[in-house]
Amino acid sequence: MAEEFDEFDELELEEDDETEEGKYLTFNLDNEAYGLEIIYVTEIIGIQKITEVPELPEYVKGIMSLRGQIIPVVDVRLRFGKPSRDYDERTCVIVVEIADITVGLIVDGVAEVVAIPEEEIVPHPDLDETDSQQFVRGIGKVGTAVKLILDCQKLLEDDEMENPSQEA
Amino acid sequence: MAEQYMNDPMQEVFIFETSQQLEQMEQSVIKTEALGSYPSETINEIFRIMHTIKSSAAMMLINNMSVVAHTTEDMFYFIREEKPQFIDVSTLSDLVFEGIDFMKSELDKIKNGAEADGNPETLIDKIKAHLKILKENNNLTDSQAVNNEPVTEKYYISSNKAAKISEVKTYQALLQFEEDCGMENIRAFTVVHNLKEITDSFKCTPEDVINDPDCVEIIKRDGFMLQIKTAESQEKLEAFFRTMAFIDQIELTEINELQEIREGLNIVISDEAIMVPQLKNPACEMSPVKESPVANGNHSQSMISVSVEKLDKLMNLVGEMVISEAMVTQNPDLKGLVLENFSKSARQLKKITNELQDMVMSIRMVPLGPTFFKMNRIVRDISKKLGKEMNLKILGEETEVDKNIIEQIGDPLMHIVRNSADHGIEMADTRIRQGKPQTGTITLEAKNAGGEVLIIIRDDGKGLSRDGILKKALENGLVGDEATHMTDTEVFNLIFLPGFSTKEAVTEFSGRGVGMDVVAKNIEAVGGNILVESVEGQGTTITLKIPLTLAIIEGMNIRVGESCYTLPIMSIKESFIPKAQEVFRDTDENEMIMIRGQCYPIMRLKEHYQVKTGATQIEDGILIMLEGETKSTCLFADELLGEQQVVVKTLPKYIRRMKKIEGLAGCTLLGDGNISLILDVNGLITQKRFKN
Repeated sequence: MAEEFDEFDELELEEDDETEEGKYLTFNLDNEAYGLEIIYVTEIIGIQKITEVPELPEYVKGIMSLRGQIIPVVDVRLRFGKPSRDYDERTCVIVVEIADITVGLIVDGVAEVVAIPEEEIVPHPDLDETDSQQFVRGIGKVGTAVKLILDCQKLLEDDEMENPSQEA
Repeated sequence: MAEQYMNDPMQEVFIFETSQQLEQMEQSVIKTEALGSYPSETINEIFRIMHTIKSSAAMMLINNMSVVAHTTEDMFYFIREEKPQFIDVSTLSDLVFEGIDFMKSELDKIKNGAEADGNPETLIDKIKAHLKILKENNNLTDSQAVNNEPVTEKYYISSNKAAKISEVKTYQALLQFEEDCGMENIRAFTVVHNLKEITDSFKCTPEDVINDPDCVEIIKRDGFMLQIKTAESQEKLEAFFRTMAFIDQIELTEINELQEIREGLNIVISDEAIMVPQLKNPACEMSPVKESPVANGNHSQSMISVSVEKLDKLMNLVGEMVISEAMVTQNPDLKGLVLENFSKSARQLKKITNELQDMVMSIRMVPLGPTFFKMNRIVRDISKKLGKEMNLKILGEETEVDKNIIEQIGDPLMHIVRNSADHGIEMADTRIRQGKPQTGTITLEAKNAGGEVLIIIRDDGKGLSRDGILKKALENGLVGDEATHMTDTEVFNLIFLPGFSTKEAVTEFSGRGVGMDVVAKNIEAVGGNILVESVEGQGTTITLKIPLTLAIIEGMNIRVGESCYTLPIMSIKESFIPKAQEVFRDTDENEMIMIRGQCYPIMRLKEHYQVKTGATQIEDGILIMLEGETKSTCLFADELLGEQQVVVKTLPKYIRRMKKIEGLAGCTLLGDGNISLILDVNGLITQKRFKN
């Protein structure tokens, strides 16, 4: 059964719900390509006016309105500790939703949607489950290129706020 | 299990209707209890409701409810027909309440997906015993005694036997159900089911109401036609139909055999015959009494219940529409163009959207009445249990508050009323000794005050004891040595601290030590606050100040650099452009300004929230004087942008989870699609104090 479906997938367009499994939305930051599981992605929009909210960590850029719904936006560069970069027309906001929480992720630009079968993903060499700052869950191979597969859940967690020792 | 799911919509209607009816009955019983006697309308009402519940519960296969309703109905049947002189009103009410409580708890069980498994035996025995006592007291043990047997032909055979018509007649009844009552076939089935108790020989059109899916439409369009052969009089039949739920119109005509046969042959009755709106035979005219219960039924049916979630969604949509409207009409592409027709249409659109917004807001507003009336029962129960005499006076129950808020204040209100009844009001003899009226009074009052609603709970009981509270607070370590210098208000506010309860004994009604602190927390959660006033020996007044709605506030938009903030207009006292020489600093570099001899601290929003842009020179901006609960402060911003009604939205969960930002109450969308942060004035002021 499953095999039949897999064959079918390759012929069909990507919108089919059943095909979402194992698909990743990839985007680039500096020289690396990252992958986000597509089931979490609700939409991709251009950068919009962001209202700053005080007293939040630097990577939370503020809030913006998504057709009346107010969502927080996180700059992924800052979240990963990279230097910030001015937003341009290629800058995108990837809206992800996990467990009722909707967040916009600001990235330099999205690349494509690729299917990476689970067997093509190798674990992070020094994976430490307890490290809340480790956002990369594994490394996916697409042909010769590699994509850093992100752990969406961890991306939205904010342990450093709850755990002040890490902040210092 | 599958069957239960199938029953769901029906069950929903059943639960909704039954709980409404029980609520209604509860209120009438409380009213009659105050009167000290049962007026005939109430008896009829209870009878009617019990009858309806009996049938609908039986239909839903909830037998224990049906049996309780049936027994209660029997009792009221007796009261209605025999009009006994001696009724022990209070015992009777107790029994009715017990019945109501039983049915309510069963309903809750069903609502939670459990089986309605309560055992009604004891309750039924009690009711039956009471009925027996009633009969004995009124020397009416004879013929009526047989009536304990359920489901006989006893219905509506009045004691006035002379009126009984012995010969069997045939009637034709055309029942029109109320519009929108839904499930017409089930209603019709209920009628048929109940009719079987009166007579066995009848025909109905459509014939198979349960299994024929088309019959709903037929009944809706043509009504439900019945041909009944019975010895009952026409009045009796009509009264019988009147007791059925959701019947809008009844046309009852006596027909002769011939006609009947003809009609019988011609099963598809022509529309013409059915649509006759008036009765042909003047002798058969409906009884002149327009029965009020029917009118009541109509009233409750003109309401529908909608889930608040849907309303929230609707309001969000309307909010978005208002914004989109502004985006269209103030579109930069239109700048400089003279568009007469466009502006005309745009104005029209604006008007309609505004009206729509008002309407959506008003939908969410519900009167406090039902919440208040629930307190009747609490006061009554406590007064019975503790043997205290007290009344509950309700004023301003028509005051409307946002639905969400009503839900939030129900429990705190109940708690305060309980406290007043339990701890506040004294026993009758104590009251007399103190020269107070023997009966204590608890007043529940609601009134509008600007953008807020005041709910005042006043009792004329023994009041709060300053010394008692202080002693207790000292024991619990809630206060230290400063206690002696505290004002009365401060002392009374101690009762809202967690773990404070002055009553030593825990009673059934209150005094579990978790009390007023929860009340305070709940009220604060909806943005309200509590005020306690009390004079020892004379009573206590607790005032709950709650906002009219959580969803919309009258706001003033201010600008700091590129950011926009919204202040609740209620908290703005004045605004003015300061001169540099008016502002001075103390040794800790705190800025202050002297206004009319009063010194106010200055808070620069720019610095406070580290906004990157915005005016730094004091004369380039504006000072807004804000009045908090305890203190006032002057807020420095770049400019005022204008007043606007804003829809309050909470900050996204992601941010709330991350940190509670003091001084921010939420955010809102402005007309231009930008987001403004709503400031919480009290939070800002307190925070300022902590920072210093």
